[in-house]
Amino acid sequence: MNDSPARLPLRTAAAVKLGNLSSTLSQKMGLGAGGMIGGRVALKLDPQALNRLTQGRRVAVVTGTNGKTTSTMMLARAVGALGEVATNHSGANMPDGHVTALSKQPDAPYAVLECDEAYFPAVAGASNPSVAVILNLSRDQLDRVGEVRTIERSLRDAINKLQNCTIVANCDDVMVTSAAWNASKVVWVATGTGWHHDSASCPRCGSPIQWQGEHWHCTGCDLARPHPNWITADEAMITPEHQKLELRLTLPGKFNQANAVMASAAAHAMGVSADEAVRRLRGVSNVSGRYRTIQRNGRSARLLLSKNPAGWSETLTVVKEANHPAVLVINAQEADGRDLSWLWDVPFERLQGRTVIASGERATDLAVRLTYAEVQHTIVPDPLKAIDQMPQGAVEVIANYTAFRDLNARAAADE
Amino acid sequence: MSESTIQIALVLPDLLGTYGDFGNAVVLEKRMTWRGIKAEIVPINYGQPVPDSCDIYVVGGGEDTAQTLAVKHLREHPGLQRAVTKNAVVLGVCAGIQIFGESFTRADNVTHPGMGLIDSTSHAGGSRAIGEVIAEPADGLFAGPLTGFENHQGRTVLGPAARPLAHVKVGTGNDGSVEGAVQGRIVCTYLHGPVLPRNPALADMLIEWATGTKVAPIDLPAVTAMRAERVKAAS
Repeated sequence: MNDSPARLPLRTAAAVKLGNLSSTLSQKMGLGAGGMIGGRVALKLDPQALNRLTQGRRVAVVTGTNGKTTSTMMLARAVGALGEVATNHSGANMPDGHVTALSKQPDAPYAVLECDEAYFPAVAGASNPSVAVILNLSRDQLDRVGEVRTIERSLRDAINKLQNCTIVANCDDVMVTSAAWNASKVVWVATGTGWHHDSASCPRCGSPIQWQGEHWHCTGCDLARPHPNWITADEAMITPEHQKLELRLTLPGKFNQANAVMASAAAHAMGVSADEAVRRLRGVSNVSGRYRTIQRNGRSARLLLSKNPAGWSETLTVVKEANHPAVLVINAQEADGRDLSWLWDVPFERLQGRTVIASGERATDLAVRLTYAEVQHTIVPDPLKAIDQMPQGAVEVIANYTAFRDLNARAAADE
Repeated sequence: MSESTIQIALVLPDLLGTYGDFGNAVVLEKRMTWRGIKAEIVPINYGQPVPDSCDIYVVGGGEDTAQTLAVKHLREHPGLQRAVTKNAVVLGVCAGIQIFGESFTRADNVTHPGMGLIDSTSHAGGSRAIGEVIAEPADGLFAGPLTGFENHQGRTVLGPAARPLAHVKVGTGNDGSVEGAVQGRIVCTYLHGPVLPRNPALADMLIEWATGTKVAPIDLPAVTAMRAERVKAAS
């Protein structure tokens, strides 16, 4: 199983070659990062490309609403202990992004693929994964991705079809637990994180879910929090062998500890020891520009990405410790979801008393939300100008998907 | 709790809170407290009895299973229905319009009984209606335009006892021509955004109904700017 990937059929090889050429051209002509176009060309020429490109490799697929990119990077780092790993970066997490990543490293015996939750059934079906990591499921881009229960149902069906695959699942998330409940092999991870607002009722039978501390169970069927194999403790994790390992992550926040433990459990399932996994993933510091700090005229601005209510809620907790001024950047392009109703599910009230600027293409929608949250603010649609208008010193910048992507690219160009 | 406090019941936010409709309760509360009217939000969660003593009831949107559970709960604990007979003000959004009606029929052709509060029936439409909506309030009920974001499969037909809330200019609403329903002091709409942050005149109409007094407008520049932006984007 672990030797080098099978030789590609001529059609796939040609498709991959043309695809790689498109990526290079796209980068050279400044059209894009080349993360997807190559894969798009290859998939057009050979629809089976993903299946063929994963043959002979050991594949891990990572999905969920939040933390995919970070967990994928951590897992790829950890699996690097075993050999070369092909992996998709910067959120190019649909099949064209996978084909691009795999084509660039045709000889890597391992692949770690971040996968958009809507594409999980297709990607898992095509790539015969050894490990599938299901991080969490909560409301996100309802107009594009659909409702959480629909996603849970499609993941459940896809997982039940997988053969010889270890599912690494977050048992503190009711939706994830339901999706993985009937899988033949599951490793349960207590992440200590969870957004409970989408799981008042059981995704299987509709009865109320009852919580008692960390434990939860359905009052109508047998769905209940499984006994975890891995546990996220305070800044540490407890392995199935009851070994306690300090995490000492570079990345901030409780949700990154959860990502690290999920990645360690997945790496362990791929054959990496727990200490080795943690030692390797600890160094992850800058995930496609997230968490990095940029310097602008005496301001050091930390860039944070948050895409949905659960993500924003966690990020507001991270920025809570220091009372730094905050620039909040909101777009509503197709990739963000066009409907901004979710802004009302974010507890912006926590920013009361802080210096806040509303920014982004939909700064006024955010300003309305902040007005009703009684958070004093000004509106500066351009996020770089917003940073410049803050007092000198530390500034937190929280942006949603396309807002973050564009800001990150502009900040990188300025450096 | 003093008697003069206006109580805003947030009905089943754990089941019918998928689209930020919690914001409707926040807007009602703030627009009252800013004017010196005492108001508070009373969340009523799944499993709790529904009181009949609140002044305003706000019901949000939810997914299919959640909606079925919600209607079951509201029929078993008919506090909302009793409140309606006592002249309470009710706002039903998206799932609200479907469950308040006589019945709603899903894409699987199963018909579920509604709460019978408004004269309407709903059924699954061919395609999901998703996008910005602009509509003109019917009978000059409040200052328009009505704006919001719709995301629903259902189509609704009103009977003679229910009036439309607005006439659709852009988008789908109930059926491509009218949007929402008004019957007595019950207002229903398919619009999210949420609807009351987007439409302060509608929020104030509900407040006037609940308090029985005229309220002066509040000038919120961000709201005026957002409304102008949304209308421009949809046109």
